[in-house]
Amino acid sequence: MIDINESVMQFLLAFVVVGPLLGAAAALLPAPPGLKGKSPGQAVLRHGVTVTGAVLAAAIVLALGFDHDQPSKMQATTDISWIPALDVRIHLGIDGISLPLLVLTALLTFLCALYSYFKMPAGPSPKAFVALLLVLESGTLATFAVLDLLLFFLAFETVLIPMYFLIARWGGEDRSRAAWKFILYTLLGSVVMLLGLLLIGIRAGTFDMVALATDNGRSLTTSVQVIAVLAIGIGLAVKTPMWPLHSWLPDAHTAAPTVGSVLLAGVLLKMGTYGFVRILLPVAPDGFRTFAPCLAAFAVVGIIYGSLACLALAKQGAKGDLKRLIAYSSVGHMGFVLLGIATMTPTGVNGALFANIAHGLITGLLFFLVGGVKDRTGTTDLDTLAEETGAALYGKAPRLGGLLAFAAVASLGLPGLAGFWGEMLALFGAFEPAADLSRPAFLTFMAIAAFGTLLTAAYMLIVVRRVCMGAAPQEAPKLTDVRTYEFAAWTPLVALTVVAGLWPRALLGLTDPAVQQLLAGGTR
Amino acid sequence: MSSLVQSVDWLAVAPPVIAAVVALVVLVADLFLEDSRKSLLGWVSVAGLAASALMLLPLVDGDRSTFCLTGHADVCSYTADRFTLIIQLLVLGGALLAALLSVTALGSTDRGLPEGEFWFLLLSSAAGAALLPASRDLATLVVALEVASLPAFALVGLRHGDRKSSEAALKFFLSSVTATAVSLMGISFVYASTGTLYLTQVADRIAGVDGQLHTLAQTGVVLTLVGFAFKTAAVPFHFWVPDTYVGAPLPIAAYLSVVGKAVGFSGLILVTVVALPSYADVWGPALAALAALTMTVGNVGALRQQATRAYSAVRLLAWSSVGQAGYLLVPVAAAAYSDDAQRSIGSTVAYALMYGAVNLGAFAVAALVGRTRTLNRVADYRGLYASNPLTALLLAFFLLCLAGLPPGIIGLFAKVTVFSAAVDAGLGWLAVVMAVNVVIALFYYLQWTALLFRVPEGSPDRHRAPAPLTAAIALTAVAGVVLSGAPQLVLRFADTGLF
Repeated sequence: MIDINESVMQFLLAFVVVGPLLGAAAALLPAPPGLKGKSPGQAVLRHGVTVTGAVLAAAIVLALGFDHDQPSKMQATTDISWIPALDVRIHLGIDGISLPLLVLTALLTFLCALYSYFKMPAGPSPKAFVALLLVLESGTLATFAVLDLLLFFLAFETVLIPMYFLIARWGGEDRSRAAWKFILYTLLGSVVMLLGLLLIGIRAGTFDMVALATDNGRSLTTSVQVIAVLAIGIGLAVKTPMWPLHSWLPDAHTAAPTVGSVLLAGVLLKMGTYGFVRILLPVAPDGFRTFAPCLAAFAVVGIIYGSLACLALAKQGAKGDLKRLIAYSSVGHMGFVLLGIATMTPTGVNGALFANIAHGLITGLLFFLVGGVKDRTGTTDLDTLAEETGAALYGKAPRLGGLLAFAAVASLGLPGLAGFWGEMLALFGAFEPAADLSRPAFLTFMAIAAFGTLLTAAYMLIVVRRVCMGAAPQEAPKLTDVRTYEFAAWTPLVALTVVAGLWPRALLGLTDPAVQQLLAGGTR
Repeated sequence: MSSLVQSVDWLAVAPPVIAAVVALVVLVADLFLEDSRKSLLGWVSVAGLAASALMLLPLVDGDRSTFCLTGHADVCSYTADRFTLIIQLLVLGGALLAALLSVTALGSTDRGLPEGEFWFLLLSSAAGAALLPASRDLATLVVALEVASLPAFALVGLRHGDRKSSEAALKFFLSSVTATAVSLMGISFVYASTGTLYLTQVADRIAGVDGQLHTLAQTGVVLTLVGFAFKTAAVPFHFWVPDTYVGAPLPIAAYLSVVGKAVGFSGLILVTVVALPSYADVWGPALAALAALTMTVGNVGALRQQATRAYSAVRLLAWSSVGQAGYLLVPVAAAAYSDDAQRSIGSTVAYALMYGAVNLGAFAVAALVGRTRTLNRVADYRGLYASNPLTALLLAFFLLCLAGLPPGIIGLFAKVTVFSAAVDAGLGWLAVVMAVNVVIALFYYLQWTALLFRVPEGSPDRHRAPAPLTAAIALTAVAGVVLSGAPQLVLRFADTGLF
């Protein structure tokens, strides 16, 4: 939109990736004089807000400087040799696929830092918290910005340790077990993924994603592609998570602190689906075609399974936990994303990328809101909250209740809000999958997935009824309504949900050319 | 008529020779020094090891060979090529760090370690270990191996009046001597069938052995390999490791875990890749199976350690070193299948360098903690961050390097080279076994790491770390951090010819 010098763009992208890392190191050092603030804790939390704010600003400038007429072209690219022995290059760049995810990550991390500045989760010192948050941000941003398979793996692994500690140290009940489950599942997935990446790199002779995508799998035999897709796919599917590899997710979400859940759902899961689109689709199309029906089938099972699990949790007397419920709903939503990718059509993949962003915004908001509810009532247990008639949030804290209802209907895919387009496009894609995929199979998947949207609507509305409505007893104490800092942290998400819902072209215009290019044979 | 006396290139042999000479100097000087000034011996030894490590510098610019056959200038007993220099650097650096750890361990008088003997034994062992990668004939190889390991038995059992220490030494000694005897027998068979001890000549001739001697040659190869497998602490020759490490003084455990392994591996590499490439179809699958077994047994052993048991920290490091030995074996096995054996060997060397630096670092921190908590249980590390933030961060870094997770970037990429050697050689199943092992290993490394940052039980006890210990920790930390920023420094060995 605005014309920015290419070298400035390069610097900005490098800063976005490295800045948080430097910020994390700085967070561990004592605050310099003049920046001591009221207390060491406050100073370091402010430092976190500053760094993530700077990164967000850089990401926004990147988005403005991005040439929107050529979203399929890699921009702001840097390409330096790092480890010649392994042929690892520091190759960074953004196109229409990675840019939205980059901005989403920077935004959500900033909002989390802002939220924690006012409402630090209970646990040990804020110093380590901020440092881990920044390392996490760096790892996620790097995942979306790197264009080298081994660097992608490095970035993918970088998020494990910070997330483990965020859950294990600042989490809620049963956090230790949940943190272990999270890290062991993901690590097992990612070492298998490493084997697949190495297989591709060694057989094709390069680890460069752009070169591999341009090659479009021509230098890889079908059997190599099949094995590589299986190995890489397992790693990414654990992260996404795809049914039946999802079981770490509900536990991790339930135990994680609010900001941990927001980042986990908002950006960490996207690393998995991004890998599918960025690596598997263009690099090993033949292998992917082999597994596409299986992937779609698992995705559809995930949609139904997630919805049924949510329905069961939302039932009265089920002792359902709200955070766990949203986690299961994530399994369903990510099922749509995977279904879209599995169709191997521009429509489906665009839908998947759109649903990715929408899920990041909406589920991030939902976790924030549930965190807010937990702060006020001390519980996320639906039965405790709702008691006999309902929690009556509309009566006790009308704005909070309104926001929760808004996020819930956005999540169920109400037209006009962000959640709608992605899932609809994914279903469209399944209606007419790529030429050599079995159409009847995908039509079946589409029908089942469409039924899944109904189930989603059902449990979301039950949640709204039980949490927001109900008879407010006269003598019941009013809950604090939305505080200023909560407004500050949540408004951007609400606004973007509406904007993405009313003006989907803003996002689709970015992703569509890039996706067309990717499916046709790589990025330019 | 040409002279029968071989010419000697003293510069090329300087590193092991200096270590050996300083060893003798220390032994003699011990007789003439008063008790109060015995600490001087330690510093002389440290200086000697540093000097012999420095003598590697003039050798960098090119391959040198000495003790060559008169008449056959290319058949030599001692070669200082890149492979030799890198392993010598690892061995001498490891010995130097172990010496730095020992200076403080010996300084605290109650341990009852006789100083003169200690330093003499350590230096002799280091001299043997430095000779080994350079030896290019089977006799020198065995001699070097024995020079490296015989003093090590004595070092393990050196704690006077400590039953565990002597028991450990005896276990170590008996199993080692058996292995040496076996490999000597194997070597004699190989000699009988080929008529030479020089590795390159063995390689040429063993493929064309007379049909009648075929069984003899094969038996010889197998027996030789069995002997060298012991030194790497590969399964099923690993059982001595945990007891030995616990019984030995901590610096010696550190020394064995790195230098002992380097010795075993360089021996194994020389025997397999240099001397017996034509038997790749025998040792390839055998080593691959050995690697898979070793890493699994080692990691499961480490996993089963209870944090509250006495010496569990050292025990855990001991078991994990068995696991790491398994990873080190993977590229050696892959060399049998790969078109470019040198690349695979380079992966092992690169991994060994990474492992050497970070494992010694972990041992150095363990030595520091062991000064106040003599039982050295894993549970004693709880809350280390509160009392000693920098040390705790470094130990966390070392452990994550060993686990191969960021921020331990060098550990991650070292594992990637090993994986890529396996994938490249088509050993997919071994790569999968290793992948599972990496996850198992992560569990105990991360458990330990997480413990460092827990709230301490009781009040934290701060005290100053002695200078040599600080130096050892700092050296390994700098090595680890620099390598994480520029992994190419060690990984380039995986890309070039070493011999």
